[in-house]
Amino acid sequence: MIPTNYSKKVIEHFSKPKNIGEIKNADAIGEIGNMICGDKMKIYLKIDKKAKKIKDIKFQTFGCAAAIATSSMITELAKGKTLEQAKKITNKDVADSLQGLPPIKMHCSNLAADALHKAIANYEKNNK
Amino acid sequence: MKTLYLDNAATTPLAIEVTKELNKQIKNYGNPSSRHAIGKTAKEEVEKVREKIAKFINAKPEEIFFTSGATESNNWAMKGTALANPLKKHILISCIEHPSILETCETIKKQGYTIDLVSVNKEGVINIEELKKKISDNTLLVSIMHVNNEIGTIQPLEEIAKICKEKNIVFHTDAVQSFGKIKIDASKVDLLSVSGHKLNAIKGIGFLYIKKGTKISPLLNGGGQERNMRSGTENFLGIVSIGKAIELKRRINEASQSRVRIIKKLLKIPGTILNGSIERGACNIISLSFYGIEGESLQMLLDEEGISVSTGSACSSNKLSASHVLKAIGVDEYHINGNIRLSLGTLEILTKAQENILVKKIKENVKKLQKISPIKFEEHKK
Repeated sequence: MIPTNYSKKVIEHFSKPKNIGEIKNADAIGEIGNMICGDKMKIYLKIDKKAKKIKDIKFQTFGCAAAIATSSMITELAKGKTLEQAKKITNKDVADSLQGLPPIKMHCSNLAADALHKAIANYEKNNK
Repeated sequence: MKTLYLDNAATTPLAIEVTKELNKQIKNYGNPSSRHAIGKTAKEEVEKVREKIAKFINAKPEEIFFTSGATESNNWAMKGTALANPLKKHILISCIEHPSILETCETIKKQGYTIDLVSVNKEGVINIEELKKKISDNTLLVSIMHVNNEIGTIQPLEEIAKICKEKNIVFHTDAVQSFGKIKIDASKVDLLSVSGHKLNAIKGIGFLYIKKGTKISPLLNGGGQERNMRSGTENFLGIVSIGKAIELKRRINEASQSRVRIIKKLLKIPGTILNGSIERGACNIISLSFYGIEGESLQMLLDEEGISVSTGSACSSNKLSASHVLKAIGVDEYHINGNIRLSLGTLEILTKAQENILVKKIKENVKKLQKISPIKFEEHKK
């Protein structure tokens, strides 16, 4: 049963996702796998070290339309933000920015937020 | 943009000839059970179709019982057999049956029955030796589908039927995907389920073939229609539509050739696998898995291009788990969710130009998703 009730915003970010790909020599990578449905998401960060800002962000995702759309949206939300601001982006922010997700697809937004937070944590661990 | 409908295993469009027949028959409003002339006219039409179907599958007219479709037929076959034979408590089914068998078995289990699953090989063909080993004196019923709805694999029905007959076990087959596409000799089995809408008839009609002498109880009691075995006023137009649908000339060989061409072209995409078997597959079903991408995404992208396909991926299911059929044939973790099913029509065949568009669009969109994916086939090979 494919949800037919994806919002316009989800379809938009799924059909034409932003910031796809990998960043060569990324400052940090966050990788998350979902045990439930098998989705995988990888977030790459390029950090402005002085300003502690996200200069560039890209993603690679294996998953359904919701997983791809949430990945695309989180890169949009995080780009240009300071690390402190980016840490505060929640899965709810992602879902809300996409005009909501079908209930069965809410776990996809967790995936996106978790991947971003993991990438930031990895950066901070390696740059103490 | 013209749509390419490639989901004929889910349902089929109504055939023009069926529409014409329905228009002709729609004036027959009589209840076939009524004794007056108007009722009798309807009754005659129903009996004509019953005879036609019987002839079509080498059965007797009194062995055909109209139902609302295959879900009812499958429920009836399983539950009705259990009800009529309370002494034996063991049922064998394949692990790739349709949910209308699997879920029915879950219900039967609660009544004290043991349900055993028989495994299939990587092409989806049932393991005959395992079936033989699992049969016991307590075995009442074996139910194995003729053609699998997800991967199209054809089962050796006659071989299974022979084993069951020797052991005096009731043999049921779900023939929803094969009826009208593969020659069926119903006299070889005891029970056989069919649905009309998979064969260009209308939705809400099907039948259960019950071989004379098979012990089975009715599920629907009431007015005593269908020789007291399935009460409820006959679905007159449904019956008429299935009667017409089986008369139509189906382009089985052409569909089969088209299927093979499409498979061969799509297998050229690196990392792509065919689920099932080229040789042992039904003429119209293609199940493919692409490396490192997810089926629902591909299904949606193709839908945007006007191409209707289906998928058995985890993300597309209500339970977020991958297809039980793909798991049963042992599809690996890199492919199990990257599945789509293309099912061709048998009345109209894709033109060469349509075939080319289909292949091109699938290639483009698979490539698009593979570009987004972190799981790369090139790295897998290393």
